Amino acid sequence: MEKLEKDVALLKGLAANHASSVEHIYKENYNMIRQFVMTNSGSEDDAADVFQDTMVVLFEKAGSTDFELQCQLKTYIYSVSRRLWLKKLQQYGRFLKVDTMEETAEVEQDLEEHQQMQSNFVLMEASMQKIGEPCKGLLEAYYIQKKQMQEIATEFGYTNADNAKTQKYKCLVRLKKLFFAEYKTL
Amino acid sequence: MKEELLMDAVERYLSKEMSAEEFSYFEDLRKNNADLDLAVVEQSHFLNSLDKYAEQKRFKKSLHDIELKLKLNGTIESSKVVPMHQSPVIAMFRKYKKTIAVAACIAGLVSILLSTAVTSIGTNDKNASLTPLFAELEEQAKKTKNLQAKVIALEAATPEVARTPIASKFRATGFMIDAGSNYIVTNAHVTNQAKNQLIVENSKGEQYAAEVVYVNKLDDIAVIKIIDDRFKKLSTVPYSIKNKNTPLGQQVFLLGFPKQEIVYTEGYVSASNGYNMDTSFCQLVTMANVGNSGSPVINQQGEVVGVISSRETNDPSIVFATKSANIYRAIQQAKKNDTITNVKLNSVSKIKGLSRESQIAKVSDYVFMIKGN
Repeated sequence: MEKLEKDVALLKGLAANHASSVEHIYKENYNMIRQFVMTNSGSEDDAADVFQDTMVVLFEKAGSTDFELQCQLKTYIYSVSRRLWLKKLQQYGRFLKVDTMEETAEVEQDLEEHQQMQSNFVLMEASMQKIGEPCKGLLEAYYIQKKQMQEIATEFGYTNADNAKTQKYKCLVRLKKLFFAEYKTL
Repeated sequence: MKEELLMDAVERYLSKEMSAEEFSYFEDLRKNNADLDLAVVEQSHFLNSLDKYAEQKRFKKSLHDIELKLKLNGTIESSKVVPMHQSPVIAMFRKYKKTIAVAACIAGLVSILLSTAVTSIGTNDKNASLTPLFAELEEQAKKTKNLQAKVIALEAATPEVARTPIASKFRATGFMIDAGSNYIVTNAHVTNQAKNQLIVENSKGEQYAAEVVYVNKLDDIAVIKIIDDRFKKLSTVPYSIKNKNTPLGQQVFLLGFPKQEIVYTEGYVSASNGYNMDTSFCQLVTMANVGNSGSPVINQQGEVVGVISSRETNDPSIVFATKSANIYRAIQQAKKNDTITNVKLNSVSKIKGLSRESQIAKVSDYVFMIKGN
């Protein structure tokens, strides 16, 4: 039980994007996943990708209110990574060679939800790529880097924060159009 | 503009930045206006997606940073990350990937600098033939020895210059641009080799100490100055330095030291730009060999139009020379930096209209071997 409490605390930290929690999870699980992917026809890069994707799934889950860890975090991570790598291998028309850890958690549902969220992410990424500068930089500064309007105004050379804000809304309208246009092409 | 106002309102509405009054007003509006309601739903879906997107971007960034950090300090295994790859380096690599690719292409060039031990007397010259140009060098080895014997004799005959030649680790070429103050031009990649000593050697084998006064790696130009009091000043430089581009097809000749004695080679200008369209350089078709780095490229009018720098790996007849206009640029820059004070470049050639043999005879005294270690 004690272990589970620690896991829950880690997940909370993860949801808040605390570097110490992320680092801790990496330390405890990365080598295991790397070993798994690399003994199953994967490369160093594949292993890093799979682990990153797994972390994103975990991040989404940790952030949603209804998520409850049903097993050890280690088992959950292993199960998600295993499933993700299995899918990749199937895409390449290959299969698992060895599969050492017996206990795996039921992650199918979680991964499906992840897939849906991921498609929104992909749409937004594509729209962001199309919008061009200065909109891309401006929106990234505001939404991703969480910079203050005044700071953004200085950085992008607007005379004041209000002008930067007006520009931000113009960009946002454009991004929205691109986003929904992408939506329709799906 | 209307849409931007709406965007602003919805954003504040969703993030609960509205005052209670504004909030209830907005709620009422939504209830009574189906269009607005629909727009709000659409907006909030979009803004939600944007928020999630931004969140995931931030998260991935920290994942990336942490992964790199742990790989670097060896906490998590990785067969690929070596300590050199610190995150700023990787970031820089990604940023300059293209530039680096270009730099890698340039690595396909061969520097025409002979960088083997060749000068110290008594050294078996077969050591020098460890370069790919083995045959050419060995063929010359005997003659070189003869020459070195002559050098010894010469030095014995003139006791004041008799000194043990320095143990040089390279040999290249340079030529004088101002006899009044003893400035010599060679390549930046040549002077770069001289970490300790830089020596200028004339065709009689007399060596004089020199120092670097200006280097421009991009143009592969270096200006050096003879600082040895024993050096007897020469009369005015016979050739002029051209400050314009050279037309294609112009016949040129080189004088340099691909061996221990001065060698004359002919060629022509075949392209206006250098390797990978580098505008600092022009392309020649000629035969330049290791040791020719820094050789003057001279046209029929007796004007220096370039300085030999490198040749293409796959085709040794394709040779690149830094344009002579870069010499003017180098001088200007060096003057600005106060590393050169008084220098005067010849703008009128004294050997125009002379026969090639006379031109060579006059120029030879102003072309030197550049050595060092």
